[in-house]
Amino acid sequence: MTAEVRWPRNDYSRVPYRLHHDEGLYALEMERIFRGPAWSYLCLEAEIPNPGDFRTTWIGDMPVVVSRAKDGSIHAFVNRCSHRGATIVRELRGNAERHVCLYHRWTYSTAGELTGLPFRKGLKGEGGMPDDFEMKSVSPGKMKVGNCAGMLFGTFQPDKAEPLEKYLGEFGTGSSGASSTGRSAILGYSRQLIAGNWKLYAENLRDTYHASLLHEFFVTYGVDRATQKGGVKMDGRHRHNMNHAFAATDTQEDAKAAYADTAARLDRMQLRDKKLLQFNNEFPDSMNLAAPTLFPNALLIQINNTIATRQIRPKGVGAHEVFQTVFGYADDDEAMTRHRLMSSNLVGPAGFVSMEDGEAIEVVQKATRSAGEASAVVEMGGRGALRDLAHRVTESPIRGFWSYWAELMGMEPGGAIR
Amino acid sequence: LKVPPDIRETLTALMAEYAMAIDDNRLEDWVELFDEACDYKVVTRENVEQNLPNVLMWCDNKNMLRDRVESYRHVNLYNLHYDRHVLGPLHFSGNEGANWRFEVSYSLFQTELEGASRLFSVGRYRIEALVKAAEARLKAVTVIADTGLVPSLLATPI
Repeated sequence: MTAEVRWPRNDYSRVPYRLHHDEGLYALEMERIFRGPAWSYLCLEAEIPNPGDFRTTWIGDMPVVVSRAKDGSIHAFVNRCSHRGATIVRELRGNAERHVCLYHRWTYSTAGELTGLPFRKGLKGEGGMPDDFEMKSVSPGKMKVGNCAGMLFGTFQPDKAEPLEKYLGEFGTGSSGASSTGRSAILGYSRQLIAGNWKLYAENLRDTYHASLLHEFFVTYGVDRATQKGGVKMDGRHRHNMNHAFAATDTQEDAKAAYADTAARLDRMQLRDKKLLQFNNEFPDSMNLAAPTLFPNALLIQINNTIATRQIRPKGVGAHEVFQTVFGYADDDEAMTRHRLMSSNLVGPAGFVSMEDGEAIEVVQKATRSAGEASAVVEMGGRGALRDLAHRVTESPIRGFWSYWAELMGMEPGGAIR
Repeated sequence: LKVPPDIRETLTALMAEYAMAIDDNRLEDWVELFDEACDYKVVTRENVEQNLPNVLMWCDNKNMLRDRVESYRHVNLYNLHYDRHVLGPLHFSGNEGANWRFEVSYSLFQTELEGASRLFSVGRYRIEALVKAAEARLKAVTVIADTGLVPSLLATPI
């Protein structure tokens, strides 16, 4: 395997399938993206409200602890003992005054600093660590943590990273009504293990073209159709994107004409119980679908009244976990919570409008293993320079993803667009 | 808890049909095992142990079950596979009149078209069923999956 990419075109309208199968590239992605200057999504601040609260997570394939220290500050550190490399925190979550590695009981503070180790001075003057051993010098690697509207992000290379506010731009706050995650109340988690490279999921989230075609439920029952008013926004660097649509902005006739040449059954099918499609317009922007996707590993999704974050966790070159955190708001009453849970039938591993993604990604992974130097075609929405679109018949944000991926990997083609 | 043999027999047969109906892709028959006023949900042990209410799937009446199945038949696309449920014995926990509560462990294997099988999900059912004149109807089925990490996707019911 060679860690090089021959891009057929400098606007990323051809993407070599090999990028989803190459072990060498995968190792470099872990180093140059996830342990590089990108800001990765960690978890929600609401998941660690109290001093001592912690959660374990994965940034790329690096195990990480996110922890609130006694002084209320938030830290993220590598979940690997400095001594012999054992996992320090084995629980998924909890509250602790300190973290103790089970192997030789090396002890870490809630800020991730090595604070003690047994028999450091030996026993009765014998054994022990050398006198000049400095605990500080071997503390686990730390991420710099940033907080944007209640979503926590971290980077391993703060010196090279842009400030978080600049990195996220308008995609941090104000990109959708749902992004006021600061007052969120966690409803729970779902996990899905998809047998495909993590970038196929990142592409899927940037491909609004597929949404109403693969997920026929959207169109059949009128949850979201390309005929609604909406569009695709990207940040200045085209690494993030937001697919959005405004509720009730098309007619049945518009939709029928547009989907005439697809298999969609706009007239023939009705849900007997429509409550899972009900949208209580709780956001000032009236969007019933907003999905800001943040490079490299995050999605904040609002479909009707279901709100969730998704974190992509690469699991080797051929698999990734999609870890979804579903939440409501602290001031929701019982009926609203029930409604959010009911409409979460739409999303997640069994979601009416999301189950197909797992299958689509797996069949791409399966069929492209043997693709040699062949490439995917990414031209829906145009070639060349990248720009925002007031429609959703596009997959241009996929090209944006690859342009930033190539920049961080140091693998841009000559004359590359950005 | 003392359970009359005929009740145990009726409910054991109900669960055998529950599993076979799904495994034979007779999902419409599976729906008919439920009462009109019923509740079916799939949750994960990870959430249950934290008292978090998130659901992977939730139908709070029989019409929603009919909608799920109809959507699978005509609208949704998912991995092509066979299901195979293996159930443990019924473990009764209570009853009020004709209403019986019990739990059953399950293993659910999936086999793809080229014949490779995998363990898809393991966990337990928490069930409430109504038995009247040797006829049983499901009132509430909560699938509590130990397998919180769903392989690929979850379409056909557990």
